[in-house]
This record gives sequence, structure tokens and C-alpha cells, in this order.
Amino acid sequence: MPLLDIKNLTVSFDTSVGLFKAVDGIDVSVDAREVLAIVGESGSGKSVAMLAVMGLLPATATVTADKMEFEGLDLLKMSREEKRRIIGKDIAMIFQEPVASLNPCFTVGFQIEEVLSKHLGLTGREARSRAIELLQLVGINDGAERLGAFPHQMSGGQCQRVMIAMAIACNPKLLIADEPTTALDVTIQKQILDLLVALQAEHGMALIMITHDMGVVAETADRVIVQYKGRKMEEADVLSLFEEPKSNYTKALLSALPENAVGDRLPTVSDFVFEPAPGV
Amino acid sequence: MATPVLEVRNLTRDYVSSGGFLRPAKIVHAVKGVSFTLEKGKTLAVVGESGCGKSTLARMITLIDPATAGEILIDGVPVDTRHVSREMRQKVQIVFQNPYGSLNPRQKIGDVLAEPLLLNTDMSAAERREKAMAMLIKVGLGPEHFNRYPHMFSGGQRQRIAIARALMLNPSFLVLDEPVSALDLSVQAQILNLLKDLQDEFGLTYVFISHDLSVVRYIADEVMVMYFGDVVEHGTREAVFGNPQHAYTQTLFAATPKADVGSIRARLAKKAALAV
Repeated sequence: MPLLDIKNLTVSFDTSVGLFKAVDGIDVSVDAREVLAIVGESGSGKSVAMLAVMGLLPATATVTADKMEFEGLDLLKMSREEKRRIIGKDIAMIFQEPVASLNPCFTVGFQIEEVLSKHLGLTGREARSRAIELLQLVGINDGAERLGAFPHQMSGGQCQRVMIAMAIACNPKLLIADEPTTALDVTIQKQILDLLVALQAEHGMALIMITHDMGVVAETADRVIVQYKGRKMEEADVLSLFEEPKSNYTKALLSALPENAVGDRLPTVSDFVFEPAPGV
Repeated sequence: MATPVLEVRNLTRDYVSSGGFLRPAKIVHAVKGVSFTLEKGKTLAVVGESGCGKSTLARMITLIDPATAGEILIDGVPVDTRHVSREMRQKVQIVFQNPYGSLNPRQKIGDVLAEPLLLNTDMSAAERREKAMAMLIKVGLGPEHFNRYPHMFSGGQRQRIAIARALMLNPSFLVLDEPVSALDLSVQAQILNLLKDLQDEFGLTYVFISHDLSVVRYIADEVMVMYFGDVVEHGTREAVFGNPQHAYTQTLFAATPKADVGSIRARLAKKAALAV
């Protein structure tokens, strides 16, 4: 049984010009200990699909699915209280803008300890020592001093590490990373990606990487889903996706990578016509 | 040898933070003595991570910020960076990273393009209009876009508009400060193609600021790597990419994700070996 199993997920937003379908009938499943990458450009609905799982969408969104199960529990029928026990503990998420997603009014120590007290009931000295341990795990060695720092006193890369520390605080079974390295420099990106992959292997988490960067996909994923305008274009394991992409959209994305330039011009995505690959 | 379009000698920029009572002023050396020359029709890429001084360098050669020390020669003529003449202003133009922030939301596209002519030339309104329209078509937009506002365009289209605006005065060279890093991959390819086409057609000279090595490898003739305000490596694209000398350049290359089948295979093999 897959860890997370979603069938025919549709998310639509109520707008002034009518219903807008951001995600249109997508199936996603992740097994335990698997790294799945969801790739797409802006507006492809890749983040919205995962926010629907987390229950983080605004009230204007309508989420429907034939099935949305986590470890066999139906996420759609669950009460808010039940859901709150799972979200943040067994399913955790890290966001794109590390500096913006931390609360600027509280120290990072407070924010990490809050997770620990809400979900694990750790308080006081216990919570503090676990928080230091978590910071150590994500590569911040002077954790004891850093707990007293505010987000604005840290660099983007360090804030992202704090976000990861908060996300893995309760040893989640599934970690969703939404563009975790887009705002960061390449050398920091490398460190964060290596860290995520190492933590995934060490703790046996499942990891969903949402990204638009084919390089990030190539460096981390086992399996890949390619999305375009809310629809799934292709699903394949990482090697076959790069070796023989089936859908025209994937071919277009790969050929638009500057390193794959043939001759003087880059083929652009509008040179292709898109239909989902056969069998998707 | 022909006069280089741009020559920079020992360019330096310090930022001084104001000190206070019992707190001495702090000096940050953002750019520490950079020198280079750039020939007509070539592209120089400046590479580095945030805080390395590449945008400060861009602002100095665009004559937006004065240099603390050093000389800038455009078309062989030295520039007084504190009192920039009108002619010099026309010779250099810039395209910024964020196409959403660099266009005035209350200005129609036609006016955006005609404004440089209004400020810098004595052309009549009809002439300005005609030139703006011609440029709009040159960058791949249509006449129907002339009277629209910036919010009606996508990121890629806005970046085309920003490029068109920069070209209105036939500048000697163009500074492109991360022009494609805010764009999607497919749009990025279109803009890079456009930049190459324009360069071929008008013999344009580019200073291309970027942190993305795969883009740089595609577009640059020469590459300059900066690290904490210093140039640590400078050479032709082939030399820098083929045989990086400085340790920092090597680190940068090693950190760039590789999307070829060979490296994916190597990674998966390593992972399988660890799992056993």
C-alpha cells in the first residue's frame, strides 16, 4: 500500500470570471522511502496539489478527489482535529521562501520548540535539548546560541535549515518540499539538497520534491511526475524520463535546458504541441 | 586593434555604514579593483553568488552608482562618474532581473518605449511613435500591444519590453542583470534566443550578470568569476568551463546540478550501493 495515495484530484478556484481549475484530475502516489519529484512551470498546479493534501488552501478553493489517503486514513473525511494531529507530525512541508515562512516576531528556538510541544508534548529543557539536536542534524553547529536568534539575523540558507529542522522535528513519514532551494545560491542549494537526501535516507522518510528545475530533479528524484496546466503529462522513473521522455512537453522542457542547446538556438516550448503521454 | 566598447580599470566600490557613538563606521569593500576590456559584439558574463559584488559592478558600469576609485572608458572615452553627460547616458542601458518591478504600472507600453527618446533626443512625437512601434515588433511583440499596460503581460513579455526599452537609444553596450532568472525554463529559452538574435543583427555588446552557469555557458564569449568583490578567474568560455583554475570556480561547477543521463546513472548506482 502506498504511503500517500491520491486519485483524480481536482482543485478549482472561484474567481470573478468563473471557476478556474488549477489541478485537473491528477493521480499521485508515493511509497515509503521514495523520492518523488513533481516538475512543472509556474501555473502548472504543482504546489496547489500538495497544499490541498496539507489542507492549506484558502476558502475559495474547492478540492475534490476520488481518493485521498495517507496510510489508509481518508484525508477528505477526517475532522479538523484528526487532521491536525497528522499534518505537521506525520506529513510535514517546507516552503520556498525560508525567510518569509518563519515568524519574524519569535526566535527560531521558540518556533522549533512550539512544534515539539504541540505534537510530542515536550516542554522546557527536553524541548530545548531536542531543538539543539535538530539544529545539529541540519548542520547548524552552534545550536545553543542560534536558538535565541530571530529569523532576520540569519541568512537565507540558515533559515531554510531551520525550516527543515522544524519539518523533521517529529520524524515525519512524508516530507513535502516546495521549491526548497529556488531562492538560494548554487553552493547553498547543493548543501540543502544533500541534506534533504541524507535525512530522507537516514530516517526512511518519503520525500516529495516540488520543483521547476530539471537539475534538481536529476540530482534527487527516484520517480518523476511532469505537470502542465494542471494536468499530468508524464510519470516515469528518473532515468527513463531523461533518457527517453514520452510526452512532447517533457521533451520540450529538456531541450530548453541551455546545456542541451544544439547549435546556436534553443528550441522553445511553444515549438511543440502537448498531449499527455500514452498511458497517463 | 579597434577601441574596446568598454574598458574598466581598477574599479573599486566601498560602502560605508554610518557609525555612531562608540561605534566606528564600517567599510564594506563590495568591489575590489576590477579591470577588464570588452570588444564590440561580444558577451562578457559575470558570475558569482549573492553578495559577491556583481550587481554593484553592474550599477557602476551602467553609471547609476559612482565608483569609489578607478576608471571607466566607454568607446575609449573616460567617463566622469560623478557628472555623467547626456551622451554617456545614452551609450549604456540596463535590463533588470525582475520584469514585474522594472516597468511603471501606470505607463502604456508605447510610452515606456518612447520615453528614452523623449528625454534624450529632439525627435517629434510621430517619429518617436514610429521608432517605438518598430522596436516592439523587433522584440517579438505586436502592434496591438502598443497601448496596453504592463499588468496585461506575462513575465517573458515584460522582459521583452524591458529589452526593447534598453535598445531604443542604440546603446554601445547593454548590461543584463540576471535577465532570465525570474522566468520559467521555456520562457528563458525564448529570451535567450531573442538576445542572441538581436546581438547578431545589431552587433550588440552585452555584460551578462548571472549566477546560472548553464545559461552563461550558452550565451557568453568571456567569463569572469567574482568572489567577495574580487575577480578570481577571467577567461574565454572554453578556458573557464574546460579547465577552471581557481578553487572557488571549481566549487561552483561542482555545486551546479547536472541533468545528464550519465550523472543520474552514477547517482542511482551510488544510492543502490548504499542501500544494500
